[in-house]
Formats: sequence, C-alpha cells, structure tokens
Amino acid sequence: MSQEILRIQKISGHAGTVPGEDTQREYTVCKLIDTTTCIGCKACEVACMEWNDLPFGETVFNNTYQTMPETRWNYWNLILFNEHERDDGTLMWLMRKNQCMHCAEPGCLAACPSDGAIVQYTNGIVDFQQANCIGCGYCITGCPFDIPKMNPKTNRVFKCTLCTDRVSEGLEPACIKSCPTGCLHFGSKDDMKFLAEKRAKQLRDHSNFPHAGVYDPPGVGGTGVIYVLHDATQPELYGGLPKDPHIPWMVKLWKGPLKWLGNVAMVGGLIGLFVHYVKFGPKEREEEPREGRQP
Amino acid sequence: MTRVDQAVPPGRILRYNFSERITHWVAAISYIYLMLTGLAFWSPWLFWIAVILGGAPVSRMLHPWIGLIFVGAVTLMYGMWAPQMKSTDTDRQWWKSIGNYVQNQDDKMPPAGRYNAGQKLLFWSFFLAGLVLLLTGLVLWLPEYIPWSLRWLRYLAVFLHPVAALMTIANFLIHIYMSVFAERGALDSMIHGDVSEHFVERYHPGWYREIARGSSTPRK
Repeated sequence: MSQEILRIQKISGHAGTVPGEDTQREYTVCKLIDTTTCIGCKACEVACMEWNDLPFGETVFNNTYQTMPETRWNYWNLILFNEHERDDGTLMWLMRKNQCMHCAEPGCLAACPSDGAIVQYTNGIVDFQQANCIGCGYCITGCPFDIPKMNPKTNRVFKCTLCTDRVSEGLEPACIKSCPTGCLHFGSKDDMKFLAEKRAKQLRDHSNFPHAGVYDPPGVGGTGVIYVLHDATQPELYGGLPKDPHIPWMVKLWKGPLKWLGNVAMVGGLIGLFVHYVKFGPKEREEEPREGRQP
Repeated sequence: MTRVDQAVPPGRILRYNFSERITHWVAAISYIYLMLTGLAFWSPWLFWIAVILGGAPVSRMLHPWIGLIFVGAVTLMYGMWAPQMKSTDTDRQWWKSIGNYVQNQDDKMPPAGRYNAGQKLLFWSFFLAGLVLLLTGLVLWLPEYIPWSLRWLRYLAVFLHPVAALMTIANFLIHIYMSVFAERGALDSMIHGDVSEHFVERYHPGWYREIARGSSTPRK
C-alpha cells in the first residue's frame, strides 16, 4: 500500500512522536450506510470476501435471514437483521451492515500495548498491522462495538480495513461498489455527513419517520462509518448498535490515572529506598561474621 | 526414624530448609520474568524489555504460563508459611514502633518471632495480589472467550491486573531492599539456609528465645 498517502496520525503502544501526527489531509474518509434503503441482499458481504480473499465460513441456520450471529476474524462485514414490532402493531424488518466503525478515538488503539499493531491513518482509517500484533486481545476489550476478532490458530486479531489498499489508490471500498440500491456511499466525512442529514430530513418530513436521524456517536469522537436510521433514538434495535458508545471507562482509568499514579509510585519508591540507604544504611554495617562455615 | 535436617555449621541456625528455598526461588525467578514482561506491556516506554526477552509475541505467549508456575509456587509457600504468618499481640506492638524499625533501631523493637510483623504483611500482600493476578489473568489470557454480555469481566480484569501487579512491585522493591541491602545475612539464608545466632538474636529475638528454651526447633 502507498505509505505516501497513508501517513499515520495515531499508533498503538508507541513511545514518542508519531510520524504523521499533526499533518492533515484535506479530508477524512467516511462510509455512509443508509439503513432505510438497505434490502439485506448481502452483496456487500460477498464483495468484502471477494476483495479481501476471505474464505467462505460455515453458516448457522436459525429460521431467519441471519447467516451467522456476528462478524468473525475472517468475516468482517455482516448484515444484522431484526424483526421489530412497532407500538402500532406494524412490523419493521431492520437491517444494518455491521463492520468496523473506524472511530476517531479508537478504543482498540487506546488499549493496545504493542508498538504499531494498530494505527490510524491521517485519512481516519483504523488499521490492524498483524505483523506487530502480539495477540493479547486488549483491542477486543477496548472496542465498544465488539468488532476485533481473534484467529484462534495464530492469535492475531483482524477486522475490516475499510479497504485501505483500495482507498489509498483512490478507489471506493469493495462493499460500496457492490451495493445495488445505492444505500452505501463513500466520500469525505463532511460530504457524507451532509448527505446523511439531508436524507434524515427527507425521512422526517416526507416519510413519516419523525425520529429519523444520523448515527455518528460523539462518545468515540465520531466514526468513519455513519448510519441513517429510521429511529435514531433507538439504535439498539439495529443489531445492538450502542446508544452512547465510548471507550470503557475502566480502560480509560487504566491508561490514564492508574498509569500515571503507578509510574510515580514506582519511580518514587526506587528513589525513596535509595535515599533511605544513603541516610540510614544497612541495619549492620559489617558483613556478618562467617565463623564456623567451612569453605 | 526421623529425617535428619540439613547439617548446619556450629554457631549457626537453620532458617530455611531446602524445599522452602527452592520454592522461594521458583517463585522469585518466575516473578521477575512476569514483572519484566508485564512492565513491557504496561508502558510503551518499557516495550523494549519484551523485545530483549525474545520478542513481544513470545512474551505474551509465555507470560500466562510462567504465571501458572508462579501461582503454583505461591500456593506451596502458602502451605508452608501461612500458619506462621498469623498476627500476634507482639506484631501489633511492632507496628506501633515502626518508626524505630525504619531508622534501623532494632534494639528498640518489640521481640519479633520467626517472622516480624512487616514480613507477615509482605507475605499476605503478595498472596492476595497473587490471587487477584491469577483470577484477572485468566480473563486476560483468553479474552475472546468472554461473551459480549459478560464484557464487564474484561473491563474489571484489565484494570485490576495492573493494580495488583503494582502492589506486588511495591512488595518486591521492599523485599529486595530488605533482604539484599538492609539486613546483611538475609539473602544468604535463602541460598544456604542458615543464619548466624547473632542474626536471629538481633532480628528475631522472640524466635531466639524459643530456640534457647527448646520449645521450637530452628526448623520445625
């Protein structure tokens, strides 16, 4: 992939400055998913497997359209179906294409201890570098969307790359190419946000969806994948999309105050013991006599 | 026929028998590995430690297994030493004059037994931290098997594991300082097993009296 275009602005587990920090491309990229025009055809799933050369996995049949319960380490893009009965008794068949959300403040990256295993490019894409991955799985704990999945054989973690290889060559992600209804769009975050808001307004004004809105959760600094939902007040209905996702506060406590306190305590303890030795010395100065011990 | 304990040179007292010493060193060496690799995962500024120890993936792979060895050794130590680590009235007096202990005025301390109150606290602190490290470590070992509905377990583990580890590091620093630098003869006792009578009389007068009375063998 072209490293000239994909400058890095955030690196996991990295001491010191980040090469692409503070540089800014003209725009960050964004995928817009309009759940109101998705028909659940799964063309995006197939395109993802085709482009990324992922194998066909075993499916699970449970009398619904749902082929498997969640994404897998080698299945990055899955439509989640939900038959939702509304208050007035009418049925809505909700479907949401689930994949990595490419958070502006990624929990996976914050939790990762390995230098360079997770990076965020200046265009906003969050990408796993398996060569630097140590297989600890902390990213699984850091992610509020349950996206990173571990290959149990190699202990390496995988997820959607937003087709970094395609995007760096100026192409759209594979899923976008395949969508027959045009519910998937790709472009700059600003453009996608504009388009999404326009569509949400249309749904509110003309289609009797008064709660229609855009899902771009501020808890993770906004996401590189945004949704238009019929009912933005109940994102959970769409395959458990969290209402207010954020990096788990235990992870924040660990990487913030605890790290700071721990470092101060460890360095302070070492200094304290050294000062004690200089001031008071050993309890007895002389090496104790070794009478009686045969050489 | 009773088993003959290790032969000790005249004028010296057996403080740790062979199995105590070996168990201690299994725990010590595994702990140092765990601490170093743990520190590497704690801060990016210490990540180089994992590189030196064979690479970060290797460190991540071995850390939990060495952890099991450490837990095994700690369990044995619990069996050997826990009965001797009960707090006594003398221990409560000991804590009241901790200031004297810190200033190396050991003659002003209440007579400590085979272990003084500080050593007892160190033992329990290591033991409890070890227990927390084991439980949280198991969660951290296989995070992908913790279902999404139980993710709070992972959140708890990811926070409490370093908290308990920091506790052991505080213990470790004090333990190394006391045994290697402050109390001459202590490190030697964990290697060869024996200490001088003077050492026992000075640091563990209660135990010394018991031995003199014959109510306690140096090593039961």
